This record gives sequence, C-alpha cells and structure tokens, in this order.
Amino acid sequence: MSDFDRRSVLKAGLGGAALLAGPGIVPVRAAEWTNTPEPNASIRVLRWKQFIQAEFDKFAEQTKKFSEKTGIKVKLEAESWEDIRPKAAVAANVGAGPDLIVGTLDDPFKFPEKLIDMTDVATYLGAQYGGWYPVAERYGKKGNSWIAIPQGATGGCLNYRISHVKAAGFDEFPKDTDGFLKLCQALKKNNTPAGFALGHATGDANGWCQWALWAFGGKVVNDKNEVVIDSPETIAAIEYVKQLYATFIPGVLSWNDSNNNKAFLNGELSLTLNGISIWTVGKNSPDPKQQEIAKDMNHAPMPIGPVGVSTEQQNVLVYYGYKHSKYPKAVKEYIKFMMDKENYDAWEVASNGYVSPPLPAYNDNPVWTSDPKITPYRDCLKRCRDNGYAGDLGYASAAVMGDFVVVDMFAEAASGSATPKEAAARAAERAKRYYQV
Amino acid sequence: MAVIAEPVAAHVKRSSLWSRAFESRNFLGAMFMVPAIAILVLFLAYPLALGFWLGMTDTKIGGVGRFIGFRNFVSLSKDSVFWLSVFNTIFYTVFASIVKFAIGLYLALLLNERLPFKSMVRAIVLLPFVVPTVLSAIAFWWIYDSQFSIISWVLIKAGLLTHYIDFLGDPWNARWSVVIANIWRGVPFVAITLLAGLQTISPSLYEAANLDGATNLQRFRHITLPMLSPIIAVVMTFSVLMTFTDFQLIYTITRGGPINATHLMATLSFQRAITGGNLGEGAAISNAMIPFLVAAILLSFFGLQRSRWQQGGRD
Repeated sequence: MSDFDRRSVLKAGLGGAALLAGPGIVPVRAAEWTNTPEPNASIRVLRWKQFIQAEFDKFAEQTKKFSEKTGIKVKLEAESWEDIRPKAAVAANVGAGPDLIVGTLDDPFKFPEKLIDMTDVATYLGAQYGGWYPVAERYGKKGNSWIAIPQGATGGCLNYRISHVKAAGFDEFPKDTDGFLKLCQALKKNNTPAGFALGHATGDANGWCQWALWAFGGKVVNDKNEVVIDSPETIAAIEYVKQLYATFIPGVLSWNDSNNNKAFLNGELSLTLNGISIWTVGKNSPDPKQQEIAKDMNHAPMPIGPVGVSTEQQNVLVYYGYKHSKYPKAVKEYIKFMMDKENYDAWEVASNGYVSPPLPAYNDNPVWTSDPKITPYRDCLKRCRDNGYAGDLGYASAAVMGDFVVVDMFAEAASGSATPKEAAARAAERAKRYYQV
Repeated sequence: MAVIAEPVAAHVKRSSLWSRAFESRNFLGAMFMVPAIAILVLFLAYPLALGFWLGMTDTKIGGVGRFIGFRNFVSLSKDSVFWLSVFNTIFYTVFASIVKFAIGLYLALLLNERLPFKSMVRAIVLLPFVVPTVLSAIAFWWIYDSQFSIISWVLIKAGLLTHYIDFLGDPWNARWSVVIANIWRGVPFVAITLLAGLQTISPSLYEAANLDGATNLQRFRHITLPMLSPIIAVVMTFSVLMTFTDFQLIYTITRGGPINATHLMATLSFQRAITGGNLGEGAAISNAMIPFLVAAILLSFFGLQRSRWQQGGRD
C-alpha cells in the first residue's frame, strides 16, 4: 500500500514538474517549497517530554540550528505528553499560548478550525519523500486539508526476555494470537509472567486493548460512525483477553504508563508492550542487573489475530500550529526544517529509534538496522490503525479513548466484575454518548 | 452672562450632590466595598456563572457551544460512570472526613496538653499539610505500588504475608487506599485549627470543673465540646468541601482507576472536559457537585446561627 502511494505520488510530482519546467530548461524536482517566514518572527514550541535524553538534546540542537539559519527565534518547552493535551485544549479555547505543539493522536481533530492549514507543508514533504503512510495521512488530514503534520510514533512493540521465552518453549516469538496466548500461559507456568497495563494508562493500556479488539474484528464504530462495539467479534476479543489476563503478573489493573517499565527493569516481568525506552534505559544503565536485562531482551510486533492483518494502535505524535500565532509561516518553516530528512535522520539516530517515522522514505536510516533489536520499531506506522477506526477521527474518537471506554470494557470482564456480554454492552452505552452528539 | 451662569450653577448643584453623597456613611461604606466586590465578581462569581453557563451548553474544546438547557444533566443521569463517581465521591468524603475529624481532634487535645518538645511535635503534625499535594500523592502511589510497595515488602519480610497486596488494582482496596491518603493529607488542617480553638477556652472553666469534681470525660463533654462547637462547624465545613472537591490525589495515584472505582466527580469532570474535549459535560459534572457543597455549607451556617447548638445543646 505504501509503495503504491509512494510511486503514485512520485509519478504525479515528476509529471507535474516536467510539464511546468519543460524539457531541459530547469532541473526536475519532486517538490517545491515556497514559504517566506514573517520578519523578526519568534515562536513558542511546546513538545512532549523526553524519555531519552539524547533525543531531546538533538531536537534542541537542531532547533538552535534552525534559529541560526533563519533568524527565527524559538522558545522550546517540554511537558509530559499526557499533560500537553490539557494545555493544547486551553490554548485552543482561549486563543493564546504556544504557537506550535508537538502533541499526540487525534488532539488536533478536536479543534481543527483553530489550527493553521498545513497542506503546503504536508504536500511538500509527501512529494519530496515519496508519500506518507496511510495512517499518518489519517492523523494529519481533515477533509482535503492537512491540520497537522505527523512527526512519527513513540512506537510500541512487545518487549520480551529472550531466555524466558526460550524457557517457555518458543524459539521464535509467536506471530499470531493463538501462539501468543500459549506463550503467556507458559511464561506464567514458569513463574516469569507477562504483564500489560489495564489501569487508566493512556498509552500502554489503550495501545494493547485496541489491538486486542481489532485483532478479533471488533471495533468501536463502523465507517458510518455508528457504534458497533457490542458485537460477537468484541465478545471473542474479551474472551481472549480474559485468558491472557489470567497469565499476567498481579496488579495490572492499577498500572499506569510507567509501571511496566519499572517492573521489567526490576526483572519481575518477561513480556510487555512498550516503546524502545526499556531497552535503551537498560543498555545505558550503570546498574549491571539492568544491563543484563537489556542484553537478554528483544522486541516484536503485536501478533496478528483472526482478522489476518496487523491491528496495532500506536501513540502517534503530531505537529499542529495555532491560528492565534502571529507567525504562522515561521511555524511552517520550523516544521519543514525539523522534518527534512537530513535533520530527521540525525535526530532519529540520537533517539536510538525511539520515534517510528511517518514517511516510508525515512526507513533507510541506518539506525534501524544498526541493531536488529531496533528494527521492529521501524514499521510501527505501517502496522497501525488510527484510534478512530473504522470511523472518523474527531471529538468522539478522542473522547472514547480519553474516557478509557475500551480499556474499562476489558478490565471489567477480565477482573470478573462483569461478564463479557455485560462489559461489551456497557462499552456500547458509553461510546454512544459520544458518537450520538 | 445668564448663559454662562446657568451651567456653573448646574455644576455647583452636581458637585454638592456628589460631595453630599460622600458625607453619607452608607454611601461611603458602599464605595469602600467596591474594590472588594469587583474582585469577588471577577474572580469568584464570573467563573461560577461561566461554569453554570457551560454546563447548559454543548461546548467542545476550542469551539463555541449552543445552549442546550438541561440536556447534559439528562445525559449524565443515564451515565453509569457518572453515578459511580457520585457514589465514590460521597464514600470518599464521608469516611475521610469522619476519620480526619477523629484523629484531628485527638491530636489537638494531645497538643493542648503540656508535652515535652511541643513545638517540634506541632511542626511534625503540620508536615503533611506543608508538602505539595502532588508530592504526597506520588509518595502514596509508591507506597501502594503493586510490585514495589514498602508495606507489602515489610509484611512479607516479617512473614505475615505471602503475596504483595493489590492496593490499587482491586476496586475496594483502591477506594480505601485513596481515603487513607486523603486522611494523611487532611489531618493537620483539622488538628491545628481545633488546637487554635482549644486555646481560646478559658482555663478557669476547667479549674471550676475540677473543683466540682468533674471527670475528664465530663470536662470534655460539658466544657470542651460545647466551647469548640463553632470551630468544629467551620473546620468540618472546610474539610468536607476540600475532600469533596479533591482532584490531585486521585488523579496522581489512580487516574480514576481501576475500572473507574476511584473516579470522583472532580476527576471525571476533568476527564470529560479536557481529555475528552467535552467542556459542556465536564462543567455539568462540576455543577452537579454544587448541591452537595451547598448542603454542607448550609449545615454549618445554620449550626453556627444556633446558640444552643454552640453551647452543646441539641436544638
């Protein structure tokens, strides 16, 4: 799908450029960037707080380089990515605050009319680098206009202990849901359990719960935005998760996004869903025990369920600028600069592959093959669906995710406080409140 | 001349009216009140009115809402998570407030006695109130951690347990855990304020009671409690209000989990308004807290008005 998109975009770009340029008159270029930032521009950028220090340092260094090159002053601030959402909401509501935010998921779709039209930046980057992943386009584009530029995703893959998986009888990590369940059961039997957050953990709990729902053909809404979560497919997903939950380390119902990292690096967990940060932190830790864990761990994509395709949900990061900014052109110039392949590649190397790229052309970065343990993170956006699947991104999709409707559904059934049928019906009732508006 | 004289006369008339107004004690008093009223209106009444208005609209983040009357409330009345949050809030407030009062009163009585190192003990009692709420919440989050809890660790090392306690993963455990965190946080306020009240009671009353041969319990029942009633009413009103509207402790420790078992109305309001983007509904949840809060204030207000009640009578 992505190859097709890349070729078609390139063909269209090259064809158009050739027509405009005429044979032999000017060199053929895939894309043109014509943007003149406002004089004496100064912008405020709020981005997600780093999990890997080298990543942020590189980002700041490139921001400085941008200022030196363009004369545009940039004030760079960072907040925990969960805290960016309220700040972004307030900025949208009061019409003041940062000029540009690097936030998450479908936040821009909650206030699209407050945002700078980024179509020219997206078109330029897409044409220059051979097209976006379809899911990146979903997170950037509303109707025919781009309201956000996907920066990538803090990719989530399965983090596992190689020796524990082998001891459980698996030479290779299972690629389907059946094998995955058997692995979790065997890990539990060996007293080296798996653990996946089932508390109100915005990233990790939503991530694997959406995967489980979609893997069995369940979905919150259909393509007409009608709530269809109360379905036999959802019940099948819940039954599966109940079996998985029985194999988990105790306490996952209370886990937030940092619990699995702590438990894994303490040697209490053999398998979880996380970004590359556990491995990176372990590798760079002065603690020999954590170094040993990092050596003994590897990463894998989420298994494929009965639907037969990858159904991952990833924490997609997006740039979005506000119309209240006095310098919208400077904002676009900054995004273009940070997303240009040369800069993006250098930043990716510093982050050790923490952000999965939104443009397939960026996959040739040597960091992805510098260590085979990093490679599974490269294709996170190729394997993922947007969190509004199969409907539209917007207020309702954000609200359903923000209200933990899917997570609570699985948690209720897994913990035995509701039957699978009751849990699915309750999730439908909750989702309808948002989708009926 | 006549043409000029007329406006001058009018001016004189106006000035004298203005001057006369300032000679009036009532007018002058009202004028002195203006800055205070302006501040109250701007920073207290306006946000409250805006909250009321938002609760009656379908405002989304970044959007302009339409007036929809009571539709948010009707929708909430059919929302099981909302009703769960109402139950959780009442449970949290009732249990935390009762225990905070009991411990606070005990500590106040203790600190009112002649104790060695009294100043240092008072400072220690105040510590939980001094620590920023978020920091104490993080500390409790660690204390209750499913893998690293110090409580579980100690009990296991002492041979009293075989498994870590699932403090925050079980709905009822989680409810009690956050109540305990709130008690720890709120006891100093109750204790220190009641201590201030105790110190206003004249020692001569106790001396007279001693001469009459009153027991400790009788002195507490017939002197301390009646004399302390007004301050108890104020302290408990504030304690109930602060507990009912608590946000930081819950948001930091559980985010309303597991399965919404610790969602208070304040945290649900935030989740719906900011994370979910529905400002109207979030405001409606906040507005739904007002009847409970007003009831708590009225109880205290009428209690304070009743002199017999203040003196320990049942009234």
